[in-house]
Amino acid sequence: MVEIPAGSAGAVPSAEVEDVELYHPKSWWTKYVFSQDAKIIAVQYSVTAISIGLVALVLSWLMRLQLAFPGYFEFIDADSYYQFITMHGMIMVIYLLTALFLGGFGNYLIPLMVGARDMVFPYANMLSYWVYLIAVLILVGGFFAPGGPTGAGWTLYPPQAVLSGTPGGKDWGILLMLSSLIVFIIGFTMGGLNYVVTVLQGRTRGMTLMRMPLTVWGIFTATVMALLAFPALFVACVMMLFDRLLGTSFFMPAIVEMGEQLQHGGGSPILFQHLFWFFGHPEVYIVALPAFGIVSDLISTHARKNIFGYRMMVWAIVIIGALSFIVWAHHMYVSGMNPAFGFFFATTTLIIAIPTAIKVYNWVLTLWRGDIHLTLPMLFALAFIVTFVNGGLTGLFLGNVVVDVPLSDTMFVVAHFHMVMGVAPILVIFGAIYHWYPKVTGRMLNDALGHIHFWTTFLGTYAIFFPMHYLGLLGVPRRYYELGETAFVPPSAHTLNVFITVMALVVGAAQMIFLFNLIWSLFRGREAGGNPWRATTLEWQTPETPPAHGNWGKELPVVYRWAYDYSVPGAPEDFIPQTQPATGGTTREAIA
Amino acid sequence: MNVTLFFLTAVGAVIAWWMAGQRLTSKPWLEASPAQTTIAGREDPPAPAVKIGLYVFLGVVGALFSLSISAYFMRMESADWWGMPLPRLLWVNTALLASDSVALQWAKREVRHGRMEALRLALVAGFILGALFLAGQIEAWRQLSAAGYLLTDNPANSFFYMLTGLHGLHILGGLVVVGRTTVRAFAADAPSARLRLSAGLCTVYFHFMLAVWLILFALFAGWANDFVDLCRQLLS
Repeated sequence: MVEIPAGSAGAVPSAEVEDVELYHPKSWWTKYVFSQDAKIIAVQYSVTAISIGLVALVLSWLMRLQLAFPGYFEFIDADSYYQFITMHGMIMVIYLLTALFLGGFGNYLIPLMVGARDMVFPYANMLSYWVYLIAVLILVGGFFAPGGPTGAGWTLYPPQAVLSGTPGGKDWGILLMLSSLIVFIIGFTMGGLNYVVTVLQGRTRGMTLMRMPLTVWGIFTATVMALLAFPALFVACVMMLFDRLLGTSFFMPAIVEMGEQLQHGGGSPILFQHLFWFFGHPEVYIVALPAFGIVSDLISTHARKNIFGYRMMVWAIVIIGALSFIVWAHHMYVSGMNPAFGFFFATTTLIIAIPTAIKVYNWVLTLWRGDIHLTLPMLFALAFIVTFVNGGLTGLFLGNVVVDVPLSDTMFVVAHFHMVMGVAPILVIFGAIYHWYPKVTGRMLNDALGHIHFWTTFLGTYAIFFPMHYLGLLGVPRRYYELGETAFVPPSAHTLNVFITVMALVVGAAQMIFLFNLIWSLFRGREAGGNPWRATTLEWQTPETPPAHGNWGKELPVVYRWAYDYSVPGAPEDFIPQTQPATGGTTREAIA
Repeated sequence: MNVTLFFLTAVGAVIAWWMAGQRLTSKPWLEASPAQTTIAGREDPPAPAVKIGLYVFLGVVGALFSLSISAYFMRMESADWWGMPLPRLLWVNTALLASDSVALQWAKREVRHGRMEALRLALVAGFILGALFLAGQIEAWRQLSAAGYLLTDNPANSFFYMLTGLHGLHILGGLVVVGRTTVRAFAADAPSARLRLSAGLCTVYFHFMLAVWLILFALFAGWANDFVDLCRQLLS
C-alpha cells in the first residue's frame, strides 16, 4: 500500500543525528540534588508532588470528619473547614496533578520516549524544579502564617477572598497563596518550554511526530495548553495582589466591610472569574490529556494489541486541546450571564464530548479481542475508563445551563469533578507508576500489595463519590460547614455522609499501603530487567535499567516503526520494538 | 476576552500551519522504515532549540499581554473609568525603544558579515537605548504621580502602571540577555555561531517587545478604542 523500498532500512547510518553536548555532573550535589538530568528532576518533582498531595489527602479526611460528625471535633471550626477545602483543592489540582503529570512524567518520559539524551535546556529544567519547590514551600508557609492559609475556596473569587470575613483574607493567607501561584507559574514556564521544545527538536532519527507514543502526544499538547492558559491565572493573581496590597480596584466593587466603606469601587468580580476560568477550564484538560495519553499506552501494551485508530487519537487530543479554550464560561452559568453566551458555551461544551467519546471508543476497541493481561497497570487503566465515562456523563448534564443552575451549588458538582478530574487522573497516575516503576528503579512493585491498593482505591472511590450524586440531587449544598436543621435534607443523607467519610478514611489508608510498597520494593522488589512488560516504546530499549545519564550509551537509537507493533502476524514475538529495522515478513505491508 | 481569542486564533493558525507540514495523515502502522520520513525531512539542519524555545516563549508572553489587554477592555466598560493624559515623554520613550530595535537589527546584520567592531558598537547602543527606555518609563511614572495621577485613583491609572510595569520587567529581562551578549562580543575576536545566534534572538525579542509596546501605547492613547468600537459594530 505504501511504497517503501524494503530493506532500505539497513542502509541508514545510525549516528547521523547531531549529538548534544551533555552536562556532566562533577560532585554528588550536582548529580543528585542540583541535578540537570531530567530523570532525577522527574523523581524530585514526583516526590515533592506526592508529599504535598499527602497533605491534601489529610485535609480531605478532616473535611469529611466534619461533614459526618459535625461538632465532634473541636479543632475544626467554620474557618478551618474553609481553609481545608481551599488548600485541598488548590494542592490537588495544581501542585499535585499538574506538577506530577507534566513535571514528573513529562520529565521522565519525554526524553526517553522520543530518544533524546536529555531535555534541550537542562539548566532551565533544574531551575524549574527548584522554583516549583519554592512555590510549594510558600504554599505550606500559609499553614504557619498568622491567621492560617486562605479559606477563599480554590477559585479564590474576589471580593470575598481579600476581605476580613474570609480566613486569611486580611492576613497572610491570601498573599501567600497568590505569590505561591505566581512563583509556580514562573517555574512551570521554564519546564514547559523544555517539554515543548524537546518534543519539537530533540526527537531522534526516525521518530516522526506520528510515530510518537500517545503519552508524549498527551503531555506535549497539555504543555502547550498550560503555557497559554497559565498566563491568565498569572494576570489574575497579579491584579488581585494589587487590589489587596496597593488598594487598586481591578476586581473590587464598592463594598462595606465591618460597617466601614472601603476605598475600592467599580471593580468587576466577573472579570476575575473570566480570567480564572480561562485558565481553569484548560487546566482540566491539562490534567486529563496526559492521562489520556498514558492510558492509551498502558492499554495497548497490556492488551498486546496496537492502539485502535492511532491517528484519530492524535487528532482527538489536539482538537480537545483547542476546544478547551472556548468553553471556560460554563463554570460561570450562575454568575448571571447573557443567555446567548450561555447557549454558546453550552454548545461548545457539548461538542467537546465528541473527540472525548472517540477516545473512549478507541480504548474499548483496542481491548476488543485483545490478549488482555490483567496486570496492575491494566487494572488501573480499565478503572480509569469506567470512572472517566462516569464523570464525563454527569459533565454532559452540567454542561447544559438549565440543568447546571439548580445543581451548581450542590454535592452533584463535587461528585462530578472528583470523578472526572480527581479520581480518573489519579487512577492513571497509579497505573503509570506501576507500569514505569520498574524502569525508574529496576525493580517491580509488589503485586499482592498492589492488588489490595487497587481494589480498595477503585471500589472505595466509587463508594465515596457515587452517593454524592444522590446527595446533590436531594439538594444538599456544597461548601457548607454543617447542614444543621434543614427541612429538605432527609436523615438518610446524614447516614450517607457518615458512610462516605468512613470510606474516605479507608481509601486514604490504602494509599499508605501504596507508599509502603513504593519504599519497600525499592530495596526488596523483584528484579525487573530491562523490559518486563515486553513493550515496544523506546524507554524500554535503553542499554541500562535504570537508564544511565545520557540515556542511550554511545549511540542514539534509530526508530524504524510506530510505537504499537504488538501481535504482528508472522513476527516471532508478540511485540516489535520501535528500534527494530524492517525485515521481510515482519511488517504490516505484508498483510496490508 | 475577544482580544485573547484573536491572539489564540493567531497562535492556533501557526500551530495548524506547522502541523500541516508534519504528515499528520500518514499511516504509521504501514511504514516500517525511517527512509522516507527522515532523510527527506532532515535535509535542512534543524533549527537551533533555543530559537524555537524563544518563539514558544514569545507565545507565552503574547498570551500574557493579550489577557491583560482583554482585562483592560472589560474593565473599561464600567462607569468609573476616566482616561488619563499621556505624558509627552512617552513619545520620546517610544522613539528610544524603536531605535533600540533598529540598533539590534544593525547588530544582527554586522554579526552576519563578521564585523566585530561595528557589532560591539551596535550591541552597546542597543543596551544603552533599552536602559534609557526603562529610565524614561520610570520618569514618566514620576511625572504622572507628581501630577496627581496615582495608582489607586482610577482603574485607567492602575492599568497604566501595571501594564507598563509588566512590559518594563520584560524589557529588563531582555536587557540582561543583551548585556551578556555584549560581554561575549567583547571577549570574542571573531563571531562564533553562538554569538550570531544570541544577537539574532535578542533582535527578535526586542522587535516583539516593541510591537507589544506600540499596542499598549495605542491603548493608552485611546486610538485602540475607536478601532475596538468599530470591531464591535461589525460583530453586532
